[in-house]
Amino acid sequence: MSVLVYTETLNGKFKKNAFEAASYACDLAQKIGQPLVAIAFNAEDCNALFNYGVGNVIHIKDENLSTFNAKVFAQVIADIALKQAAHTLVLSATTDAKYMGGILAAKLKAGFVPNVVAPPLSTEPLVVKRMTFSNKGFAHTRINTDFRIIGVSNNSFGLVENNVDGAIEEVSSDISESDFNTKSVNVERVTGKVTIADADIVVSGGRGLKGPENWDMVEDLANVLGAATACSKPVSDMGWRPHSEHVGQTGKPVACNLYVAIGISGAIQHLAGINASKVKVVINTDPEAPFFKAADYGIVGDAFDVVPKLTEKLKEFKAQNA
Amino acid sequence: MKILVCISNVPDTTSKINFTEDDTKFDTNGVQFVINPNDEFGLTRAMWFKEKQGAVVHVATVGEIQAEPTMRKALAIGADEAIRVNAHPTDGFFVASQLAEVVRQGGYNLVIAGRESIDYNGGMVPGIMSELLDMSFVNTCIGLEIEGESATASREIDGGKETIEASLPMIIGGQKGLVEESDLRIPNMRGIMMARQKKLTVVEPTEVSPATQDIKFEKPAPKGDVKLVDAGNIEELVSLLHSEAKVI
Repeated sequence: MSVLVYTETLNGKFKKNAFEAASYACDLAQKIGQPLVAIAFNAEDCNALFNYGVGNVIHIKDENLSTFNAKVFAQVIADIALKQAAHTLVLSATTDAKYMGGILAAKLKAGFVPNVVAPPLSTEPLVVKRMTFSNKGFAHTRINTDFRIIGVSNNSFGLVENNVDGAIEEVSSDISESDFNTKSVNVERVTGKVTIADADIVVSGGRGLKGPENWDMVEDLANVLGAATACSKPVSDMGWRPHSEHVGQTGKPVACNLYVAIGISGAIQHLAGINASKVKVVINTDPEAPFFKAADYGIVGDAFDVVPKLTEKLKEFKAQNA
Repeated sequence: MKILVCISNVPDTTSKINFTEDDTKFDTNGVQFVINPNDEFGLTRAMWFKEKQGAVVHVATVGEIQAEPTMRKALAIGADEAIRVNAHPTDGFFVASQLAEVVRQGGYNLVIAGRESIDYNGGMVPGIMSELLDMSFVNTCIGLEIEGESATASREIDGGKETIEASLPMIIGGQKGLVEESDLRIPNMRGIMMARQKKLTVVEPTEVSPATQDIKFEKPAPKGDVKLVDAGNIEELVSLLHSEAKVI
């Protein structure tokens, strides 16, 4: 019996979400008195997981699995879960983990609770707190099944260092071509840029910026903060910025530590998508903009004046605190 | 091509969320229900397949009689027939099991669901269905083309997009991008009139035990007032973010 955690990699490196999922799983494993086992695919160096309480890593090295495939990855994970006689699996909230969540729930006949935002409320039966109604409510959800799957919301538990002496078990998979029923033919991924999904900080621009030519100052601010750039729906609808930057209810969900909204009024659909962020800052000329009701800090002022100054001040701050 | 679009009947985004019966139930009092936005993108894409490729489009939901106006709206947008599984949608596993049965009975070769519903945000229904039905599955789908039995789908990934080839039968977890917001249709009078005549079949649920149960709800703690910083004193914001909010 063990608690399993799926630790996702990108180009062989563990994502931050993987360490957060491991941190959560370590806490859960301690509470129910079971060892923690991580499952990783094609990782360069699994030792990093030992910093987050992982005692054992099952590492699958297989060229056939170099590109993510939800069905096949879920098959490998489910097989390991059966072999380990595990009853608990922890996932992160990445796009790929969410893709696998339902598949794994069906394969393992498991109750699956995603968007979990806090350590378990009880372990017997397992009850967890999850986000519902696009962050306008939380549910305490009990899992009725023998096998339980938990999806940990981004930036909800944080990284908890817990160094252990761990072991790595190298395994191969017995996946063959016939196990694939979808084929990845092309992957386009931006490189050298923080993505919204991985970002601790997101800087987002709205219609108040007046045109795509004014985005340099958003990017400058994002650069100094090490942040991802995002935008509101009208901005992506007008083609000022790519759709992949659209955050909000129908766009990408954001759950970061700091969200900076520049020239965004704060329509309810926008707020629904970003409400899970911990600290929100709004910069807007209109003191009546609804975003001021949702934000923690606000500046009433012209973005064209405020944002470059903020970037300068942050540069000074970073230089002093480097 | 026979398409089933799975529809979740959800509170409109602008709804106030309250809980009742000692915080064990969502309070539907005064709440306006709509087609789940992610499902509406899928329904609109299905209409395209109907008009350009002669597909037959059915819509299905798991819900009580209160869900019928939402199903009529889907019919008014252009779906040919609707099916309602007469049960309270208790959890993702229960809903997916019921919808899988609808797919088995109806012989659909393309199933379009949304990447998640905006009420319970579970996002697991299409994935569970894909396993129960042994269909290929593409989630967070932002583009779908079908030629005969071959499908080309694109999906959103963290930081980019992936193109996937698959064969029918398949299931999609759809979202914005399948069609754009400007492609969404508002039912016209003729559509609304025709929808009244269209078939809305009510079927009883198969016996399935929910895998999870919400035992209590809570609302987020009330948020304090925004702290305003003067535009002439931006150092103060930097210092608050560092020493108070501790995010930089």
